[in-house]
Amino acid sequence: MPLADARAICPVLSTRPADPVGEGRALEALRRWASRYGPHAAKDGPDGLIVDVSGVAHLFGGETDLLEDISARLERAGLASNSAIAETRGAAWALARRGGGVIPEGGLLASLGPMPVNALRIGPEVAEGLTRLGLHRIVDLTSVPRAPLARRFGADILRRLDQALGAQAEPVAAEPDPPQFGVRMTLPEPIGLTADVMGILDRLLVRLCDKLASAQMGARAVRLELRRVDRSAAVVEVGLARAMRDPVRISALFRKGVDEVDAGFGIDGMRLGASVTEPLAPEQLKDVQIGNGKARQEDELADLISRIGNRLGFEAVQRFLPANSRIPERGFLTVPAAYAAPEPFPSRRRPRRPITIFPPEPLTGVSGNPPSRFSWRRMGFTTLCAHGPERITPEWWFDDPAWRSGVRDYWRVETGEGPRLWLFRTPQAASGFGDWYVQGVFL
Amino acid sequence: MRILRERSPVVGDDPFQLLKGRVHEAQGRGRVAFALLQAARSTGPIFWIVRTHDRDRPMPCALPDGVVERLHFVEARNETDLLWTVEECLRAAPVALVIAAPEKTISLTAGRRLQLAAEAGGTTGLMLIQEGRGSNAAETRWSCNPLPGPQDSTRHRWCNNKNKKGTLGTHDVSWNGATAAVHLVTQAGERHQPEKPPG
Repeated sequence: MPLADARAICPVLSTRPADPVGEGRALEALRRWASRYGPHAAKDGPDGLIVDVSGVAHLFGGETDLLEDISARLERAGLASNSAIAETRGAAWALARRGGGVIPEGGLLASLGPMPVNALRIGPEVAEGLTRLGLHRIVDLTSVPRAPLARRFGADILRRLDQALGAQAEPVAAEPDPPQFGVRMTLPEPIGLTADVMGILDRLLVRLCDKLASAQMGARAVRLELRRVDRSAAVVEVGLARAMRDPVRISALFRKGVDEVDAGFGIDGMRLGASVTEPLAPEQLKDVQIGNGKARQEDELADLISRIGNRLGFEAVQRFLPANSRIPERGFLTVPAAYAAPEPFPSRRRPRRPITIFPPEPLTGVSGNPPSRFSWRRMGFTTLCAHGPERITPEWWFDDPAWRSGVRDYWRVETGEGPRLWLFRTPQAASGFGDWYVQGVFL
Repeated sequence: MRILRERSPVVGDDPFQLLKGRVHEAQGRGRVAFALLQAARSTGPIFWIVRTHDRDRPMPCALPDGVVERLHFVEARNETDLLWTVEECLRAAPVALVIAAPEKTISLTAGRRLQLAAEAGGTTGLMLIQEGRGSNAAETRWSCNPLPGPQDSTRHRWCNNKNKKGTLGTHDVSWNGATAAVHLVTQAGERHQPEKPPG
């Protein structure tokens, strides 16, 4: 029924757009929860879960009690559900969608037989074709010759039939859980000394880095949680300038943070996790004697950036990248060095650019055009010669407040006092003649 | 540990070669140009540390060839952070040159600590100080000022005011700002003795 018709019938209808991604995420969360009922839990289509409960049911007091437990827990969470237990996956699928319950062992054909053929996980057009032939129930399919059936409707229908009746095995293919990079340790006695905490941390780090190495990942941020005896917790987080999994180097970064933590009545549990990870390919073994000089240098540089970044913030350590713009302030990008590789700047010597740049500062006491005499930063200057003008127009597609005054005419002015300055004026500015600014100093 | 005297002093007769493993100072209006020459001459990562509110910034597209790729620009919120960062960078062996622009006077303790850090890491430090705000622990102190010169030239006068292990001197240079080579310019002066007769 189209939405407009539904609204016409029931004006107070509340509707929401479907969110398949969100639903998938919710189902994934349910799948993780469902693994409490069996070692293999997998998603089954967009609306189902399948759990292999072979040999598990007695832990919950029997199969019927297990189903009751599932529905009770889901109901408490606000979810309506149907569940069934059967010898085969196909039978459980069919029964869960037709009321649920338990099919006792050996009762597959008796329970499934009276069901319509579309309980077999086949397409609607196949089911319709079977109905047209007079094969309404599953039990009808078992009595007709198989070969003509396969020729007419494809081998799929026989496979589904065999899977439902147990003639063909169908395992629960549970996808592997994504690796979780967290380790913890609970201590029999509370500890409080920095050296003790660092000792435990080193042990945890070895385990964490082993986990990372087996998944070929590297940590970008590591979080340490220290649980005190009174159930409060202190958190120490360090960032890393690049993905790594070297326990010794990560441990060195934690020293300052751990030193500042107040142990309170003592710490009796620690939890360490890599909160941000990145893929990191296995590294070639470095020969300590010969020394892989370049790689070691890069490691030490990354450690230095990590140390600075953890004190000043990672955005404080910057690197310049080229950008394509004629505007002097936007001719380069300033990015955190930890998140960008260096890029070569195009070698361009003309037009000349100043080596130092700052936000425009107005000149005072200007006479002449271009100025022959002016003062800047409380110093008087006389012009020896001036080169220019070089006209730079603002980029209209960016609204930059500094460039609202319009085009600028830049001059390179050599002064008798020595400094070579980058001056500009805005020709169309309202105040007209005296509007001179300095924006940079040349070599 | 080696004593400083055993370390080879300035190699060759290049007057602008800064001694490795020491911290130097540059003052004057042309100090950034002097720092850029040292950056162009170094091989390896460069750290340039300034205060966050400092308005004067290097312009990447005008720096000498091959410097921008090696440059790490650090903004420190206060003077303590700046000095700490300088010390950490000096202590790190792979860093070639550390340029910093402190605002306050570097105390003797701080200057000495920086020297020890530079010695430990074998890196060169260059403090861009304001006039008269250096520390006595500096290895050399340069006073750098741009000079007016002939058309289209970039003249600088670099005076070595203080040198713990070498001679002082004043040099007029012309540097095009792209390569690591500078042209020494003969200083114009008055002749106090008559010119020798030819032949």
